[in-house]
Amino acid sequence: MEWLIPVVIIVVILAIIGIYFWATYNSLVTLNVRVDEAWSDITVQLKRRADLIPNLIETVKGYAAHEKGVFEEVTKARAETLSASGPAEASVAENHIQSALKSIFAVAEAYPQLQASQNFLRLQSDLVDTEDKIQAARRFYNGGVREFNTKIKVFPNNIFAKRLGFTQRDFFEVADASAIAEPPRVQF
Amino acid sequence: MYRAIAANKRNTVFIILFFLVIIGLIGWLASFLFNSWAILIVVMIVAIGYALIQYFAASGQAVMASGAVEIQKADNPRLWNTVENLSIATGTPMPKVYIINDPAPNAFATGRDPQHAVVAATTGLLDIMDDAELEGVMAHELGHVRNYDIRVSMIVFGLTVAVGLIADILLRMSMFGALAGGNNRNNNNNGGGGNPILLIVGIVALVLAPLMAALVQMAVSRQREYLADATSAMTTRNPDELASALAKLEQYGRPMRRQNSSMAHLWIANPLKPSMMSRLFSTHPPIDERIARLKKIGSSF
Repeated sequence: MEWLIPVVIIVVILAIIGIYFWATYNSLVTLNVRVDEAWSDITVQLKRRADLIPNLIETVKGYAAHEKGVFEEVTKARAETLSASGPAEASVAENHIQSALKSIFAVAEAYPQLQASQNFLRLQSDLVDTEDKIQAARRFYNGGVREFNTKIKVFPNNIFAKRLGFTQRDFFEVADASAIAEPPRVQF
Repeated sequence: MYRAIAANKRNTVFIILFFLVIIGLIGWLASFLFNSWAILIVVMIVAIGYALIQYFAASGQAVMASGAVEIQKADNPRLWNTVENLSIATGTPMPKVYIINDPAPNAFATGRDPQHAVVAATTGLLDIMDDAELEGVMAHELGHVRNYDIRVSMIVFGLTVAVGLIADILLRMSMFGALAGGNNRNNNNNGGGGNPILLIVGIVALVLAPLMAALVQMAVSRQREYLADATSAMTTRNPDELASALAKLEQYGRPMRRQNSSMAHLWIANPLKPSMMSRLFSTHPPIDERIARLKKIGSSF
């Protein structure tokens, strides 16, 4: 009977390891899916903003047709945000579109008639709204990424997480913090 | 935060068990007093049935009792956008949004889970809060939704009412029984109802049970207010805004036009008139205390 004790101990230890492994694996899968969902939420909002931009350009063009450089910049940045394949590319595109939008609103400031037009005001408030939603979605996404990345980096998860195909996720970062702090504002 | 939610779900089970034990004890006492086990069974079935009905219908009841009106985005874009952005930022499904036409600033959340949640704000709240403060308050309400407080408080609310109801019925029965049925009962009593001390203890217990249930409800609710404040601070990363909103609630706070004590615990600020016993029986911790805790959170960011 003496051989039984070590066997029982080994079986118990293996069982504990197995349960830990099982729970960790499942929670990693869950987190990974949550990050994917959060990312698709962001792309929905990015798409929504991209849909507003052609309209915005047309409206501004009606009053300031000669500001071609600004329109080109915005159109290019818009295409860039739509074609971005992941958070890293989207972060770069985001910085471009923020500065492009800033310049188009700077142009608009020189045209009081444009600023008084209902169409422009509505577009502006829609844009502010979408920017707020992008920020909100970004916060949720980055929160999920932070949790996931922490979980695959801590011991002992770091030993097996990579082998199971869990790699670090990218944050959706907007380097130009001022663009976030001052989204296009409506002035009445 | 996720740990707090898990703890909350666990607590729900304990609370339900606790109430089932109270209800069971009442039923058992009653069957002891009246010598009939049928009472225990009936009491348990009624209580569980009542709790289930509560579970599915209570949010509708609460909304109706408060006189809230459901809104769409166009009706009040400010409140709608605040809630929508918060639900995006926290990954919660968009709740139904209601407005209550009442000058007293207040807000509440209800529903059985985040998929069937309701948040409501009074017109008074919308008037006095600036955007950031409104965000803090609505984040507090969504905190209740995400932490499953709405489910717990609904179940506790239902069970409290059930305990009160059952105790009341049994109390009346026992008085009636003591007066009318005293004589012909004595023959088949096996030392239960015949013992006057046991009878008195039983009646005292029946009187105390609803009171105890109410006390538990209040204590549970106060804990949850702190947790929702913390959740709000986590969501908006701006505890100072909620603190200033709470200070405004204290300053401008007044009793609601439509008062209903049974849903007092749902609101962000106490909707009832203050009274002597307010501290012990209050569903809300004092606002100074909540602000002090928020300031502490603020310094830890």
